Parts: sequence; C-alpha cells; structure tokens
Amino acid sequence: MASNRARSTRSLQHRRVGDSPAIKWLLIGIAIAVTTGLLIMPLVVIFTEALSSGWSTFADNLLDQYTLHAIGLTLFVAALTVPLNLVFGVALAWLVTRFRFPGRKLLITLIDIPFAVSPVVAGLLYLLLYGRNGWIGNWLADYDIQLMFSWPGIVMVTVFVTCPFVARELIPLMQQQGSEEEEAGVVLGASGWRIFRTITLPNIKWALIYGVVLTNARAVGEFGAVSVVAGNIRGQTNTLPLHVELLYQDYNVVGAFTSASLLAGIAVFTLAAKGFVEWRQARTVIRLQAQETV
Amino acid sequence: MSITVDGIKKRFGKFQALNNVSLDIPEGKLTALLGPSGSGKTTLLRIIAGLESADSGQISFSGRDVTGLHVRDRNIGFVFQHYALFRHMTVAQNIAFGLDSLPRKQRPAKAGIQKRVSELLEMIQLPHLAQRYPAQLSGGQKQRVALARSIATQPKILLLDEPFGALDAKVRKDLRRWLRNLHDEFHFTSIFVTHDQEEALELSDQVVVMSQGRVEQVNEPIELYARPESRFVFDFLGQVNVISGQVKQGSLNQGNAWVTVPGVQHKGDAQLYLRPHEVRLATAPVAHANLPLRIEAVSLIGSEVRVELRPEGWQSEGSNNIWEVGISHAEFNSQRPTRGDLRYAVPEVGHLFTGNDAQPATVNWAEAELAPRVRLIS
Repeated sequence: MASNRARSTRSLQHRRVGDSPAIKWLLIGIAIAVTTGLLIMPLVVIFTEALSSGWSTFADNLLDQYTLHAIGLTLFVAALTVPLNLVFGVALAWLVTRFRFPGRKLLITLIDIPFAVSPVVAGLLYLLLYGRNGWIGNWLADYDIQLMFSWPGIVMVTVFVTCPFVARELIPLMQQQGSEEEEAGVVLGASGWRIFRTITLPNIKWALIYGVVLTNARAVGEFGAVSVVAGNIRGQTNTLPLHVELLYQDYNVVGAFTSASLLAGIAVFTLAAKGFVEWRQARTVIRLQAQETV
Repeated sequence: MSITVDGIKKRFGKFQALNNVSLDIPEGKLTALLGPSGSGKTTLLRIIAGLESADSGQISFSGRDVTGLHVRDRNIGFVFQHYALFRHMTVAQNIAFGLDSLPRKQRPAKAGIQKRVSELLEMIQLPHLAQRYPAQLSGGQKQRVALARSIATQPKILLLDEPFGALDAKVRKDLRRWLRNLHDEFHFTSIFVTHDQEEALELSDQVVVMSQGRVEQVNEPIELYARPESRFVFDFLGQVNVISGQVKQGSLNQGNAWVTVPGVQHKGDAQLYLRPHEVRLATAPVAHANLPLRIEAVSLIGSEVRVELRPEGWQSEGSNNIWEVGISHAEFNSQRPTRGDLRYAVPEVGHLFTGNDAQPATVNWAEAELAPRVRLIS
C-alpha cells in the first residue's frame, strides 16, 4: 500500500510539466554553449592575448606611465563614488521605507532612472548642463571652475550611473524587516545614532556590502558616460576602460589586452566577492534554521 | 503611576482612528483595551507610549503632562505584537539593550548589567537560552524575552500590543497566567490590547471596550459581562441570542414566536438579548415563552454541551440565524438531544433593548414569577 503510493507519487513527479529528460539536457546544452562562447572564451582570450608576448611585455605594458595613471584615476574615481553612493543609498532607503510622504512611490521609481537611461545619454546631459557652454557650467566658468573634461566630471557621471545599486539592494530588505525593531530601540531609550549603529546597520549589513560590491564594479568599468565627459586626455582624464580603447586604436593590441585583463580581473574578483556574500547570507539563514529545529 | 487620557483625537488621512477618547487608567491595575480590528485600540496604546502623536488631546502620567515628551524619555515598557526582538543580538544582549542605552550617569556598571540580565533570565525561566538568537526561539520563548527586555529598566508602566495574538492556545493560557503573576509581583500599571474578549475578561482588572475610535464602556470584567450598556458590547462579549419583534400587551412577538416581557412599558420595536447560559431548552412551550427551534448541531467539547439551533417559523437577529444554548453534560445525558429535534427555548434572564435606548432593561422571568418587575440598569 505504502510502496504503491510512493510509486504513484514518483510517476506523478515524472509527469510534471517541462520535466522530460530530453528538454532538460537540451536546455543544459544550450546554457553551456552560450556561456562558453559568450563568456568563458572571451575571458580566456583576454588573458592569453595579454600574455601573448610574454610576461616581461605584460609587465612593461602594465608599468607604462599612462597605464599607471589610468589605473590611479580609475581607483580614485571609485574611491570617491563608492562612499558617496553608500551614504546616499542608505539615506534614500531609510527615507522611503521609514517615512510616508506624498511622492514616495514616484521617488522609488525615479531611483531607477540611471538603469533605464543609456549611459551615453547621461553623459551628454551632464555635458549640456555642466559643460563650458551649459547652463550651470557657463556660470561656474565665471568662477574658474571646470567640471567637464576633468576628474570631477568623471566622478559626477559615475555617481549618477551607479547610484541605484545600494538603494535597490536595501529598499526591499528594509521594507520586509519593517521598523518595529527600531521602534523597540527608541522605547528602550536608545538615541537615533545608537539605533542606527546597533540595530539598523547589522540588519542590513550583507545587503549593503553586496550593493557596495556592485557599485564598485560598475564605477571601475563604466565606459559610456565617462567617455562623453572625460575628453580622453591621455595622462589626465583617461580611465582604465577608456585607456583600453585608446590603446586599441593605437594598434597596441597587447597593451589594450593588458589593461583589459586588469578590468577582467576586477570583474572576476567582484563575482567572487558577490558569491561569498550570498553564501554568507544563505549560511546564516540555514544555520539559524538548523538550530531552530534542534 | 496612573495614566490619564484626555480628549485624544487621531486621524489617518480620511480615517478617524480615535474620536475624542478620554480614560482613567488606575495605578497598579491591569487594563485591557478590547475591540475589533480598526477600533483604534492599538493606535491609543501607541499614543500613550509616544510612538504616535495625537492630533489633539493630552496624556498624563500621575498628573504630569507627558504629551510632548519623547517616547525615549517616558520610561515605559512596551511589548510589540510580533515581539520586535533584535534579530542579530543574543537573548542576553536583547535584554541588556535598555540598560546599555541608559545615559552614562544612570547606567549600571558592566557587572551590574550582567547581574540584572541573569536575574531576568531566571525570572522568565530561560537562563539556558541566554546565548541563543531570536530566530532559534519558539513563539512563547520570544514573548517572554520581549517581556524581560521591556521591564529590564524597571519602568512603572507596561504596555502590551496583542501580547498573545501569535501564540497557540496552550502556550497562550500558560503565558496569561504568567503575565498575571508578573503583574501582581511588580505592580506595574499595565495596559494590553486584545481583540479576544475571553483574554480581556480573564486577565484584566478593568476592561475598556472600544469601537470605531470611541470608548463604548469601561468596567470590571464581571460587571461588564453582566451589564453590557450597549448592543455593541453585548455582541462583542461572547455569543448572544437575539430575537427582535414588536412589544404589545406585555409580550414581544415575532410571527408565531413570543416571549412575555413582564413590567415593560414600552410599545413597538424591541430586541431581546440572551446569553447561551440564560436559556434552557424544553420539549414543550412554557407559560412565558414560545420559541420553537430545531437542533442543528451538538458539540460536546468543553465543560458544557453546546447546542446550535435554528429558529422554526421565526427569524433570529444576527448574521447566521443560529441560536446557541449551553446545557450541562447531565442534562445532555438524560435528554439526548440530537440533530433535527424540535426544542423550545425557555429564557431565564434577558436584556431588552428598546428603540434607540442605549441601556437595556433586564428581564428576569424567574423572579417575575414571584413578583413581576423590571430592573433598569443604571
């Protein structure tokens, strides 16, 4: 009787829609082919090309004056962008999840604009607004302040392009967690800063780290918006992604791939960090559940 | 510390959550705010705590106006409906949070805090779980930790929002008793919000019945059950059987069904309210009532046998047109009522609402047989 029932459930499971082995293996095959052709092979090519003339050429290319400057500028931009968007993202998520005000829904939608707009368009808008002939740029030029075609412009567009990442990670989480714990904190006499530090921050820690990792990856790799406002001045406003293109146009293929391999390296590192954070989050949940059942 | 609520009004958009609520909560008493959802009871609790601000009105603790005082400085204990334990802190850290948050001058030393935390853990009988996280606790354990956390700083006032709402029946009963003991031991002024009338009647010294942002009635549980002042309170406090009809020549009539209402001067529309234990079942009509009903269901669970009946040839007031009568197991064994049997309801004590009169008149047929009279509740 029992085995009968077991058999019938098993056959029922077999008949589940989309569960036929042929379709399963077909889909797996397609996934492998696409991943290999579009992701893994290009990644391998980047590193083999970069090293095609040997390690010493790779080192020479890496230690080139302009390459070093591009690396420095890229890290500098990321170092400014990430903290700015960290603070902005937390503040924004706090605002839309802890307060009720007219236009709140609209604000949540507006956060996504940088995702929806092409980065090149974003760059152009900044150029039109803050460029020497732009509305604000014109006025700033009177005070000898130049934003476009220098590092502040690069930081501005990078901040714009990456600003949704942290907020997007935090808003759903903070919505789901609600504000009861914070209310409990206030009732128990804690100051606002203490509540943020000891209650809110630990609760959103992993989502925040995840958001920062994504922000950093995008800040380092942004090409479109930066290329519009940077002006490609070698040794001055050339970030790593722009540098790759510049070297390639100079027919320095190995040099281009050397810089590209750095970016690819950062990307791989980002993925590893992202994987680790996700694993940590999952593990915390599993551990708690496991102990709960003990 | 006594609590005085004076003329509190609160509006959320178009919804009037509280409409001119005034209350006196006596010191050291356990008061229940009872009402259906949307009656404003939780909003009132949150306003007393200071988590919400009123549009107008005043809150005072022992005569001192605290309306403008920040919740942080009110020194109250508050237990949230879903406990709101800090999920990344251990049980011990949760309980210590209030003490750790005290301003430096009042804060005990580390050892003092530890001592107080272990005392509280002993009190809630969970010392072995000090290093656990909230996710690893059962509902009842979470509730006890939340209570310990809220009283760690020795507040004079303890506010609880639906404290037993999310627990199963058995745990709920244990915790109720435990809370009652805790209250008696520490002499807080406590207010708890509940939609469960049984819980309110069993646990509290005083019940505040609320509906639609207003206070309907305030009284001790026994008085409240015995003398509801309005139809709402009657309906809300337990099962009630209602027959509505016309009063003429000393009896209430609806179709062929009738009940004498000795001593009632009123003529016209009226409703008679009867609790399940105020009605007997007979196999034939009696001198003072003819209320035929057919048995729909008999339930033996509990100390009483619950019989559900459907009016035969007349209509009951209420949603499902069902009367409920409680009979003893002895009665059940001798009469063996079964589904489909015809019975006649014999009212012993009833409450007659006439017209728009808020206060009902009590009709007592047992007494009336000796000396017909009507007692009006003041």
